[in-house]
Amino acid sequence: MEPAGWAMMIVSIGTVLCMVTFCLIKVLTLPAVEMEEIKGPLEIDTQDTVDAD
Amino acid sequence: MHKTENWGTRIGVILAVAGSAVGLGNFLRFPGQVAQNGGGAFMIPYFVALLLLGIPLCWAEWTMGRYAGTRGFHSAPGIFSVICKTNKARYLGTIALLMPLVIYMYYVVIEAWCLGYAICYLDGSLMPENNPGSYEDFFAHFTGQGSDGALLEPDTRWFLGLLLLIFGMNFVFIYRGVTKGIESFCRIAMPIMAVLAVLVLIRVMTLGTPDPTKPDQNLINGLGAMWNPDFAVLLTPKTWLAASSQVFFSLSVGFGIIINYASYLRRKDDVALSGLTASSMNEFFEVCLGGLITIPAAFMFLGASATEQGTFGLGFVAMPSVFAMMPMGQLFGFLWFFMLFIAAITSSLSMLQPVIAFFEEGLGMKRHASATILGMISMMGAGFVIYFSKEMKALDTMDFWVGTVAIFILAMVQAILYGWVLGIEKGERELHEGAHIRIPFAVQLVLKFVTPLFLMGVFIMFCVYNASDYIASLQENPVAKMSVMLILMLFGFLLLLVHIAGIRWEKEGRFDQVFSEEEISVQDNR
Repeated sequence: MEPAGWAMMIVSIGTVLCMVTFCLIKVLTLPAVEMEEIKGPLEIDTQDTVDAD
Repeated sequence: MHKTENWGTRIGVILAVAGSAVGLGNFLRFPGQVAQNGGGAFMIPYFVALLLLGIPLCWAEWTMGRYAGTRGFHSAPGIFSVICKTNKARYLGTIALLMPLVIYMYYVVIEAWCLGYAICYLDGSLMPENNPGSYEDFFAHFTGQGSDGALLEPDTRWFLGLLLLIFGMNFVFIYRGVTKGIESFCRIAMPIMAVLAVLVLIRVMTLGTPDPTKPDQNLINGLGAMWNPDFAVLLTPKTWLAASSQVFFSLSVGFGIIINYASYLRRKDDVALSGLTASSMNEFFEVCLGGLITIPAAFMFLGASATEQGTFGLGFVAMPSVFAMMPMGQLFGFLWFFMLFIAAITSSLSMLQPVIAFFEEGLGMKRHASATILGMISMMGAGFVIYFSKEMKALDTMDFWVGTVAIFILAMVQAILYGWVLGIEKGERELHEGAHIRIPFAVQLVLKFVTPLFLMGVFIMFCVYNASDYIASLQENPVAKMSVMLILMLFGFLLLLVHIAGIRWEKEGRFDQVFSEEEISVQDNR
């Protein structure tokens, strides 16, 4: 493996890892209040399978 | 307003979108493309395309999907009508129904190959001690490439049972709905897929020099086969085309899927961070896992020639040859193909939802009826692919015209709808509604001016390099001709249904509120 190969691999993987880590930390540390507590239960029964054709 | 479905959690929708994007292309197509197009140098056009094409288009789809979803529409015909503020725009949405439906027809077959191979590793029939013969011949026999109808022969008939099982699994999850079906499954499947991929990665990274008689075929040189850059290729348009296509297909933009998934978000749900997170996850599977597993493993056991194979050759011929020689190969072979199966099923699930959503909101069907009709149509198409298996002609033709050409067209339609019809000022406001990150306005300018031109350039180059062979094949090969006829018949059928749906929506006054946008107070019924 050439030094340029190491550089391309480390930069590419490092960039993606930084991006995904930033996003996941941001998403997972956000309060879940808006989506899961105020706006309703986790599972919404749409009732669309009750009166099937 | 009737009650509609919503995603249960923020991470749930992200995993579902990422699950839709992560597929065989991440683990098989990407490494092959890198190795054949300048190694590490390929990553320069790849990241340029990601920034100018992939991520901006993802944001556009997420934004348009939520925008129309909060106004009561979840299917592409309805969404496009809302964006354009005319019921006539629904016809443009037909292509966004055709694509996932046709792609599902052959993708479910590929999914069955993955599960079939995983089972073959479980029972050991793919290991050398059971004499499976050459892996190339095994794959050709397994997929019925010898002749049309070969998969109906008694010795391969078990494959049909497997296909039916996978069909059943897909429809059970779809029947259960967005939250209980797709989201619940992806919340479990995505972490499992990541764990399996990391296990295989650890195995590959600890192989050292597997054959001491061939000291050059070691891990470091395997990584070199993947990442050593050849910067000269940056001057050839083909490299830029390959990188742009890879980004484009990998992120599932222009499939009509993200726009449908985003329509189940609530008005204040974030799309900016969620879109970026789903794209990042896809890149993680592609660059960090796919980029370190397939080519280095193939190089270590098979040498440099193994890196020149196509997607299926790399996955179903080269990798089994690797597992045959690898310590604990049977276990890792099973893990690898089971992981590919999970990657495939999370993608195939997402292909059914856009059509189910249309049947329900456009034609007023209940879930039982819509799932049954969709099941029948998709089974007919999959049956066509299964029967005309010789040289994979039907699969290849459908993949080219729908899985490639139509995707470019839909992506261009969506880029124009976002940049020029919805408008970038309004688009930016919508994108930042409930957003947890701030996206620079430059991205809007990119979406309006750069992305459509970039897409058009890539599409023209793609046609120049590839279309002539497929057009010639239409004249020479009856299966290719029949495949295109099947696609056109489906398109005509869907167009008719879209026409009927528009009449229903008009009669029900579904657009009255939407088209008088200024007065509307979007009902946040969730």
